Amino acid sequence: MPQVTLIEAVNMALARAMADDAGVVVLGEDVGVNGGVFRATVGLQQRFGPERVLDTPLAELLISGLCVGLASQGLKPVGEIQFMGFIYPCVDQLVNHASRLRNRTQGRLSCPMVLRVPHGGGIRAPEHHSESTEAMLAHIPGLRVVIPSSPEHAYGLLLAAIRDPDPVVFLEPTRIYRAAKGEVDDDGVALPLDAAFVLREGRDVTLISWGAMVRETLAAADALDTEGISAEVIDLATLKPFDEDTVLASVAHTGRCVIVHEAARTGGFGGEIAALIAERGLTSLLAPIARVTGYDTVMPLPRLEQHYIPSVGRIVAAGRAACRFN
Amino acid sequence: MTKNWPDNQLPVIARFEVRYRNYLAPDGAITRPPPAFASDIGLLVSLYRAMVLVRAFDLKAVALQRTGRLGTYAVSLGQEAVAVGVASAMRDEDVLLPSYRDNAAMIWRGVKLEEILLFWGGDERGNHSSGPVHDFPCCVPVGSQAPHAAGVAYAFKLRREPRVAVCLFGDGATSKGDVFEAMNFAGVHKLPVVFVITNNQWAISVPLRLQTASETLAQKAIAAGFIGEQVDGNDAVAMHAAATEAIAAARDGRGPRLIEAVTYRLGDHTTADDAARYRPPEEVQARWKDEPIGRLRAYLVGRNAWDKAKEEQLVAECQTRIAAAVERYLATGPRAPETMFDHLYATLPPVYAAQRRDVEENH
Ligand SMILES: Cc1ncc(C[n+]2csc(CCOP(=O)(O)OP(=O)(O)O)c2C)c(N)n1
Repeated sequence: MPQVTLIEAVNMALARAMADDAGVVVLGEDVGVNGGVFRATVGLQQRFGPERVLDTPLAELLISGLCVGLASQGLKPVGEIQFMGFIYPCVDQLVNHASRLRNRTQGRLSCPMVLRVPHGGGIRAPEHHSESTEAMLAHIPGLRVVIPSSPEHAYGLLLAAIRDPDPVVFLEPTRIYRAAKGEVDDDGVALPLDAAFVLREGRDVTLISWGAMVRETLAAADALDTEGISAEVIDLATLKPFDEDTVLASVAHTGRCVIVHEAARTGGFGGEIAALIAERGLTSLLAPIARVTGYDTVMPLPRLEQHYIPSVGRIVAAGRAACRFN
Repeated sequence: MTKNWPDNQLPVIARFEVRYRNYLAPDGAITRPPPAFASDIGLLVSLYRAMVLVRAFDLKAVALQRTGRLGTYAVSLGQEAVAVGVASAMRDEDVLLPSYRDNAAMIWRGVKLEEILLFWGGDERGNHSSGPVHDFPCCVPVGSQAPHAAGVAYAFKLRREPRVAVCLFGDGATSKGDVFEAMNFAGVHKLPVVFVITNNQWAISVPLRLQTASETLAQKAIAAGFIGEQVDGNDAVAMHAAATEAIAAARDGRGPRLIEAVTYRLGDHTTADDAARYRPPEEVQARWKDEPIGRLRAYLVGRNAWDKAKEEQLVAECQTRIAAAVERYLATGPRAPETMFDHLYATLPPVYAAQRRDVEENH
């Protein structure tokens, strides 16, 4: 099997979905000849033509609104927003239309769209290119919010997102677009949505993360291992709706939990996981739940961003503290 | 020193025009030769009947609201010709994307009166629309349905389907980027979509002159690269003619059109509004002479196609139909609370089963 990067896996999944289903339409700014600013859609326009791989005007609300219209007609639009900092004009369409078209027509119309958005920092990008505001999206009823952490997951989860009958926001971890490599079989097999992945089994502490932060979290688990601490690592993968059972089962087993995310702390999705454990897993806790997150600051410009993004060291320290607590 | 050229010596590189369409004067007299369909008296009578029905229905809906049996409701008093004129020009297979004030178009398309009452009465079952299954529900966030219309039209183009998306919104909506983004895209791809502005002069309390400095709203199409036409929105014949032409052009691959229907909102914005706060009653009174129903009636009477007996019969029919719909609406039993989880996703994610059960057991 070939080794591919995460961005190549995205491209493979898009090509596969378009080849399998003539209703799949890719649209966004620069997605055609240019193949997208990150090259996720490279080669698709040559292969599937400019009608199905559509360069839109520079208008994010339009991209998301077009997706709603296309999806209402049974097509499977896959819109691309160039960076998370530009998703906000789409939020109107996501909250008011995409996520509730099925509900507000009592099932008469539906909205099987995917909006792909590069997520998070660490790529030394300009302002507004490094945001991670997934919690805002995960709050929206009727939406799915999915984020892969590896090329295999990017391929399988994107295929699942495109085949899903409801709207999905697919957040792609920009920082590991090229850094993450893995073997991906282009077999057209999707991975399950709404399911967390236990990436590593452990005894002493549960580390929960998603997206690019999974890499640091796995590295932290390795480091903890050398200290004799056995960490279980969960990749949440789908934030909305999230797999509560896997989280609760793991915490029941380890008794300790560290949640790791790049987004700012207040109102971050880590709070939701902590609340779940407090409500339904409190008695298995042997230590307070810890969060290792970005700070409640604006995402800093490149010279400081490595101080903002949780480091392996911060995760290790939190895991160690959880295990020493008594 | 450089010579200062007077501006009028710079070359003109583009000129634009906006046309205005009207056939009937306020007294029902002919202002210019009407299109051929106007000789089809049966069609004009059906437009008239639809306008009378929606006016009577609006009146009843307001009465229900005032007596606490309906939520906030927006009447289309004085604007009936716009939605009726447009809907009557559509085919079943076309897609309507209406705003909250376009009941007349939805009713023409087959939505039942009791469904409209259920919706504004706060019951999602009102959205089990009996209109064409592919029509959109009325849109509340102003102008946000315009990009949907462009998407629907792109789907038609992609599938080579001879269908047209028809999108209605108000003058206030033209101030939103959504509307221009949609028109711009529709122009680029010559999409089969018709945008209709119901310019009723007011967006709640904000008059048109504070909404835009542009001379017409029709000219907003020019920047998007297609034809915008201004139409007398109180002239049902002109509205039907303009919509028929625009829809036919769109269906034939000649691209989108914009229709600015110039009308006047004779009522309050909604039942939650009191227009007297911002609008002198004399202004409203003066506009009553332009209203569309009397105008078409006068035309039909002039052709010996309408009379007092027909009018009385129509009024009685409307009352019966509305009363029956109100009865069905009021008799609709409560909805099981846990159905709020229905149609949220295609299949309810199991993680929400507990929330659904909670509603079932505790409400
Ligand atoms: C995006 C948005 N902003 C504000 C509102 C509140 N609102 C409802 S109707 C309205 C005025 C709309 O005026 P116009 O588009 O001219 O349509 P009309 O109501 O006159 O038919 C406003 C501000 C809304 N529904 N949607």
